[in-house]
Amino acid sequence: MASFNQFGNDLHTGKLSYNIVGRRKVWYSIAAVMILIAILGPVLRGGFTFGIEFTGGSEFVLSEISTEDQDAAATAVTDVVPEAVPKVSVVGSDSIRVQTDQLSDTESREVRAALATAYSVDAAQVTSSFIGPSWGQDITGSAIRALLTFLVLAGAVMALYFRTWKMAVAAMVALLHDLVITAGFYGITGFEITPAAVIGFLTILGYSLYDTVVVFDKIRENTMEDGPESRRTFAGSVNLAVNQTLVRSINTSIVAVLPVASILVIGAFVLGAGTLQDISLALLIGMLVGTYSTIFIAAPLYAQLRENEPEIRKRDKKALALRAKATGTLPVAGTDATPADVSA
Amino acid sequence: MAKSSPTKKAWRSLTWLGLIIVGLIALNGAGVLTGGGSWTPKLALDLEGGTQIILAPKLESGQTVSSEQLNQAVSIIRQRIDSSGVSESEINTQGGQNIVVSIPGTPDDATLNRIESSAKLEFRPVLVASAPTEDSVGADGSTATPTPGATDEATAPATDAAADPAAETPAVAPTDASDLNNITPALQAEFDSFQCSDIDTSNVAPADQPLITCETDGSVKYILGPVEVSGENISDATNGQVTTQSGATTGEWAVNIVFDGTGTKSFADVTTRLSGLEGAQNQFAIVLDGSVISAPRTLAVITDGKPQITGSFDQDTSKALADQLKFGALPISFTVQSQDTISATLGSTQLQSGLIAGLIGLILVVLYSLAQYRLLGLVTVASLAVAGVITYFLITLLSWREGYRLSLAGVAGLIVAIGITADSFIVYFERVRDELRDGRGLVSSVEAGWRRAIRTIIASDTVNFLAAAVLFILAVGNVRGFALTLGLTTLVDLLVVALFTHPVLQLLARTKFFGEGHTLSGLDPRALGAVYRGRAQFQPSAEVASRKATSSSKEAAKRQTIAERKAAELVGSGSSKSTDGKDS
Repeated sequence: MASFNQFGNDLHTGKLSYNIVGRRKVWYSIAAVMILIAILGPVLRGGFTFGIEFTGGSEFVLSEISTEDQDAAATAVTDVVPEAVPKVSVVGSDSIRVQTDQLSDTESREVRAALATAYSVDAAQVTSSFIGPSWGQDITGSAIRALLTFLVLAGAVMALYFRTWKMAVAAMVALLHDLVITAGFYGITGFEITPAAVIGFLTILGYSLYDTVVVFDKIRENTMEDGPESRRTFAGSVNLAVNQTLVRSINTSIVAVLPVASILVIGAFVLGAGTLQDISLALLIGMLVGTYSTIFIAAPLYAQLRENEPEIRKRDKKALALRAKATGTLPVAGTDATPADVSA
Repeated sequence: MAKSSPTKKAWRSLTWLGLIIVGLIALNGAGVLTGGGSWTPKLALDLEGGTQIILAPKLESGQTVSSEQLNQAVSIIRQRIDSSGVSESEINTQGGQNIVVSIPGTPDDATLNRIESSAKLEFRPVLVASAPTEDSVGADGSTATPTPGATDEATAPATDAAADPAAETPAVAPTDASDLNNITPALQAEFDSFQCSDIDTSNVAPADQPLITCETDGSVKYILGPVEVSGENISDATNGQVTTQSGATTGEWAVNIVFDGTGTKSFADVTTRLSGLEGAQNQFAIVLDGSVISAPRTLAVITDGKPQITGSFDQDTSKALADQLKFGALPISFTVQSQDTISATLGSTQLQSGLIAGLIGLILVVLYSLAQYRLLGLVTVASLAVAGVITYFLITLLSWREGYRLSLAGVAGLIVAIGITADSFIVYFERVRDELRDGRGLVSSVEAGWRRAIRTIIASDTVNFLAAAVLFILAVGNVRGFALTLGLTTLVDLLVVALFTHPVLQLLARTKFFGEGHTLSGLDPRALGAVYRGRAQFQPSAEVASRKATSSSKEAAKRQTIAERKAAELVGSGSSKSTDGKDS
């Protein structure tokens, strides 16, 4: 890990510096394209695929069965309810899932018994669910309310903590970017949106901002310490902060993603489609996009929002002048990798 | 450097932490000893197996349900389930709107019916009754409808009256609930074409409007007048054998109702009016969830609020009707929104998979920490272990005191929390490393790094906690279980990083192994780009040094962070010893 340490050291001192803030147009373009795809993709595909919790219906899951003959399940259902159109799928290694339109209580019980007989398992081993169509709407309604409330509260907390609403705005924009792209991923790949996926989706809220707060704290520290004699432009200070926290961002993201990935693997390959897979998939996408957006969207956007403030313009000008005076006698130490870019 | 003070503080923090853990364990132990508590948290249905039914209120448009009504409904449903002999059932309200019924195992049909028939009970006068098919009476054996009479004496079966067609009267504004003017031509037409299989129990007729419905077994169809007495006004209903005035039992079963004050008065009015009417209009219908469970005739004016319904009851049918009257008196009616039956096998598989996923995640995090931070990674491991112990006992306590049940989503929340908790340690360690890079000694790096890191950790944990709190308050169902574990672990994270991670690092900084920056310590200043220049003091890397050295101007001194400025001062004081090219 010596090389990774060295990487961290160089980023800290400014020996190595990625000009992230300066190339904001590139990142904005990438974000715009990704958001466009995330919005158009699902539309072209014909909308999101909603789980049974949102559409309503009956679901049966047989676990620990010896055969995976799907026809037997379909026959068992149609024998009881001739007009039903059962959707049979294998989940995990030894389970079968059967989804149908909404069945009555009596039908459910009969189907359950028929399925148990068809696979020669005990009826108690058959899981049955019945979901009315309003259940999903309830969850969606409360999720949207939670989302809006959180955005307002978190915006207020950040504006208070950082003492500038511009940081809150930049963080919120990055958060929305994360949410849209994660939702788009679901829309494009056709993964079912279930209440568990909604949980994962909502958790992104907390994590995405968590990550942003860590970086913004360093940005604030750097820009506050820039005295009137500083030779760094405002954007340069932001860029230095992003570089200095890069190792931290990489480490925290990897550590946060590892458990989520292990839930996803276990959820997808051992249990099959279900709560674990749905929560962790949304979270995994959200965390990866969240780390990206903190560095490449939140930070550059914040720099851009502040740059045009008269005071900061004045200071930037002075910083550039000081730097010009010093050029030749002093290497600029890479804190502003390409001054021309950042001062634009 | 004041050596004793931070050490003392560190030990004090660790003592506090120890007290908190011992306290939690003792509290839990007390719970186990006094009964009710347990050393393991209770599991939710998806991990334990069982049936969960979510009931949503059926509301007329514009109507809302108050929490008072919901609580009343919960207690009524609980009473019903308990009376069916199911133990350990849990009934909760959810999101101020729904009722969640959780029953361990797979409940029998009778229990399910009891829960699902949670309904609104109303007394409406019969306006018109007719038999759609003559031979359907009692076709459904399970709900054989008694053919009731009313009041103190057994009377002729009501089904006789049911055949009487009601005369049509011209439309004049109805004067009371029994007035046949309630029947408009449109209503009559609807009634004529009405099939008993058409009953839409999800469509609640307003209390002040007539209702077209059937006997629950479909034997009789009715037009009923507006609601006269609501089921809320029944204070009790029992079944028993009819006794004569001399006290001897006649062997006939009857249902005895006791009304409360309002009910007594309303019921007296109804019986006064109905007893003077003929045919079907003499009957009043007891409507449960939109269908008629009984339609006794009125033989006397009941003013004491204690009517008795008799008819061809036996012990079981009279008990069933009495129960329906007593427990059916929900202020609002409900519809089953979702029903989940999870087999115990699947439950334990899910729990097992969740735990395995957690273990794998934990191992990966530990390995990565050790790779990144060498032995410092062990502090992460120990901190995670402490956080794990505290979280475990908090959840066990919550499940004892608050009835919290750990669901699969909750387990997922705990696993996700491993990463987020470890993040705080990384933020802290990286800060300490930053200070080391700037040339501080380890002891002061730990202090300075901590001062900066704790601010960041508090700010980011606040945001995380806010998300969890908002989700917990506003969301329904599974989301809450997840939000609770996430919020809880965020708080535990703060506690552990302040009372464990930091004190331990303070103490470790004074050991030889860490203090001298052993290459395996993860805090090796040489590896971090600072240059050794004497006991416990390092100078910053050559790049920083050379930059500082060449620009001794005032401007340059001010242009860096405080840490860098301090480093520059160090360089200034020890520039003679500074040697280029000796960095890592």
